[in-house]
This record gives sequence, structure tokens and C-alpha cells, in this order.
Amino acid sequence: MANTAKIPVPVATPETLHFWEGTKSGELRLQKCDECSHVYFPPRPFCPGCASRKVSIFKASGKATLYSYVINHRPHPAFDGPYSIAVVELEEGPRMMTNIINVDQTPEALILDMPLEVTFKPLSDDIHLPYFQPGGATS
Amino acid sequence: MKPNSVAIVGAAETTELGKIPSLSQLQLHADAALNTLKDAGLGLSDIDGVATAGESPTNVAHYLGITPTWVDGTSVGGCSFMLHVRHAAAAINEGLCETVLITHGESGRSGIGRGMFRGGGGASLQGQFESPYCAMGPPTIFTIPFLRYMKETGTTLEQLATVAVIQREWAAMNPRASFKDPLTVEDVMNERMIAYPFTKLECCLVTDGGGALILTAAARAKDFPHKPVYILGTGESVETPMISQMEDMTTSKAFRVSGAKAFAEAGISHSDVDHLMIYDAFAHLPFYGLEDLGFCRKGEAAGFIEARNTAPGGQLPLNTNGGGLSYMHSGMYGMYALQESVRQLRGTAPAQVDNASISVCHGVGGMFAASGTVIMGNAIP
Repeated sequence: MANTAKIPVPVATPETLHFWEGTKSGELRLQKCDECSHVYFPPRPFCPGCASRKVSIFKASGKATLYSYVINHRPHPAFDGPYSIAVVELEEGPRMMTNIINVDQTPEALILDMPLEVTFKPLSDDIHLPYFQPGGATS
Repeated sequence: MKPNSVAIVGAAETTELGKIPSLSQLQLHADAALNTLKDAGLGLSDIDGVATAGESPTNVAHYLGITPTWVDGTSVGGCSFMLHVRHAAAAINEGLCETVLITHGESGRSGIGRGMFRGGGGASLQGQFESPYCAMGPPTIFTIPFLRYMKETGTTLEQLATVAVIQREWAAMNPRASFKDPLTVEDVMNERMIAYPFTKLECCLVTDGGGALILTAAARAKDFPHKPVYILGTGESVETPMISQMEDMTTSKAFRVSGAKAFAEAGISHSDVDHLMIYDAFAHLPFYGLEDLGFCRKGEAAGFIEARNTAPGGQLPLNTNGGGLSYMHSGMYGMYALQESVRQLRGTAPAQVDNASISVCHGVGGMFAASGTVIMGNAIP
């Protein structure tokens, strides 16, 4: 992973601020409905399962598995060569997009359902971006 | 919509397709509209409804000099035109207007007079939770689900390449197709890798062009120069603007909802279908379409295509213009799929399917974000 200055920086909104405050302090935060227990992502102040506004923020385990991906072969200024654009399934259920880092960016090294763990990199003072790397087998 | 109540009485594409640096995007809309008016034997003053996507219907109506009593600017990506057909049918039945013009024009390749792509910016959900991972447009996003589909269904990369090979066979029969030279599975697989596992030939073209349709009540439809194409059933839905939030990457919820609604409205079964269009922005789309519309069981679409069921001479001719992979793809391809269904039902397609009387035309919007389905017939059942 090369030049983080070339990455489009997220702009937090009131509804997502807790997520970005979390990544800045090394936590991957999810939300859970207090009424129906649904765990969801991306952030919003109500449950997309049952519409309840009674929801809680909690720290996720950071463990995930590789759900699907592509390896982009067209050049991007943030990367030195081909790189993965992936969707991971978090241990708690929700999925999110990411890049799989600290591993060869090849089909041989990127195996669906392989265990992954979250790691964070700063893009700016306020925004630290979650990435995933091999490791952290789910219990 | 009320089945069989509305018909397509005008249909045409822009005079040219491909690379058209001499026309702005708005003029591509107008070129298609004027060709379609001529096709229907109508004048501008006959049009009282305007629908479009990619441009505001205000821009199109004003540019053409139309004062409509009904407009629809539904813009959910490349299938927007399927939704316009559905909405126009409802509007005509409700008496909001009598004669609707649906236009598409897109300077996808030359970029002449093309509006800014309306991304959500860094504060949108995509901007916060997808864009930072440096996806570079549809080739790196729309394609993400396919490795999961392969793992769950046992589909192979050779089978993915076969989609492009067979669509090229259809394109070879079409003088207006962008690419007509025959391909082999090896040709496709050995092409430049764009986003593994998709090579360049498994990604759609980028071209300029346009098309338009005119719809009116079925009761009036026989008064026009061409054989009417009746709207038998329609469907639409949306799922998610974020590919990462698809409920299941092996199937599109929007496809399933839209397709089921259209078949229920039309009251037909799959065996009644003579001709099928499935918007193929990328080579995996026909697999999802065949399965989610119910033509194949889960995991059987690739084998169905490989067995040449959708090829020339097969039982279910699919993407007979060559599709987005070989015919043309300006960005919002749905209009061209609709045009091909109309040509097949009029009996005027370059690769004409014998006795085609019912066509299913299925579109995708965004990247598995939206869907629209239109089932058409050349007779009222």
C-alpha cells in the first residue's frame, strides 16, 4: 500500500461520527438494536431491521472473513501495482468494503473465507481508515 | 401497471452509434427523439409526456420544444428507461398524458456536453465507506460479487468468457455492432486483465449514442406505421447503492423483485418467452439475470449458456444485438436493450429470431443497485 495522500478522504456526518471517532482510537464500532438485537452497518441512528430508534454503539471484535473481491489491474496513484478491493464479512454479521493489505495481491494468496483482522491507517488528523489483513481466526 | 393497455408505437436509435464527437449529449437525445417521431409518424406537438434519465426532462422537453403535461426524471442508472416505460404506462392509463416520449442520449465515449457524474461526495455513504478503498468505477465495483458467485455455484472463468464469445456471435450478424470479429474463450481469457477475474472483453464497451421510444394507449396503437409492441407486464425495484451491502452477492434482490412482478403482471410463464435481453454491463450479468428471473435454477445459468441455449439457433436467444459487450454501451444501456426487443417483435432485427412474439427485457441500474423489467408482445394475448 503506497500513497495514502491519493485516497479520497471520507467526510463524517453526524450519523457516522461515532464510527470515525472509533477508528481514530483503534476501534471498529458497529451498532446494535436494543429492541430486536439486529447488528448493522453502515451507521444510522435507527435500526434498519425494525425501525427502532433505540440503538447502541459497541466495539466489534475486528475479526472478519473474506467474502468477495476483485484485484484492480488499472493503475491508481495510491497503489504501486494491482490491489484488492474486497468485501469482508465481520464476525458480528455485517459486511463492509475494504482493501486486504499485508498479503500478496494475487488470487493464490486471497482465498475466499480466509480469516482476517482489522487494522487502521490515518488518512488525515480526523480520519483513520479501517483495513483488513490476514489473521485473527474467528473463535 | 394494467397489462396490455399501452403500446410502443415509435422506436429508434441515434442515426450513428459508436464515436460521435460531432454531437453533444443533449443533441444525442434530440437525434434519437427526431428519429423516433419519424418512425411513429408523429410531430412534436403530438407529445404530451416526456421521460428521461441522465439529463433533466426539463432540458430535453425545452430543447425539443415540447410542453408536457407529465414528466418523469426517474434516474436509477441504466435501467431507468425500463422504469420510464412502466411509469408512462401508468400515467397514460391514469389520463395524465396520451403520448409519451422517452429519450436517452449519452456522450459516454467522447464526453461532449456531458453533465458531471453525480457522485455523492465524501460525505455520502459510498464516499465514506467504499470510495476510500480506491475502486475505479464499475469495472472494479460491479465485478466484486462474482468470485463469491463462482465459489457458491461452481461456475468457472471459462464459462464467464463464454458469455462474451456467444454475444460476439450475435454481434457478427448486426451491421451496427461495434465489434463483430469472432472470439474464442482463449481470446477472452488472454485479454488484458482489468479487475481480476474480469478481462477487457468481459467488460462493456464505452460508446456514444442514444435511443427513444414513444408510447400510447393500446387502443390507438394500430393507427401508427409500424406493428405495435404491447406492454404485457413490468417490474421495478432497488436494493442498495453500495455493492458491499448487497444482501447476497450470488443473487440480486432487485432483479428478483422486478422480474417476479413483471411475470405476474404479464401472466405468462417462462416457456412463453421467445426472446430475452439481460443488460450485460459485464459478462456475469446474464448469469444473475437468467437465475433471478427464473429461467434457470441457482448455479445453472453458466451451463445453460455454455450449452448454447442462448446462442444463435438456441431455444432462448439472449442479447441478440450483441449486448453491452459487443453492440454498444454508452453508460446507460437499458434503452438499447429495449430497442432490440422492439425490433425483434416488429420482425426487423438484424439477427431476427423466427416468430418472436414475446420478449423479456431486463435492466440493471447502478451496480446491482436497481432493476427494471419490461415484458413485451406483438399481440395482445
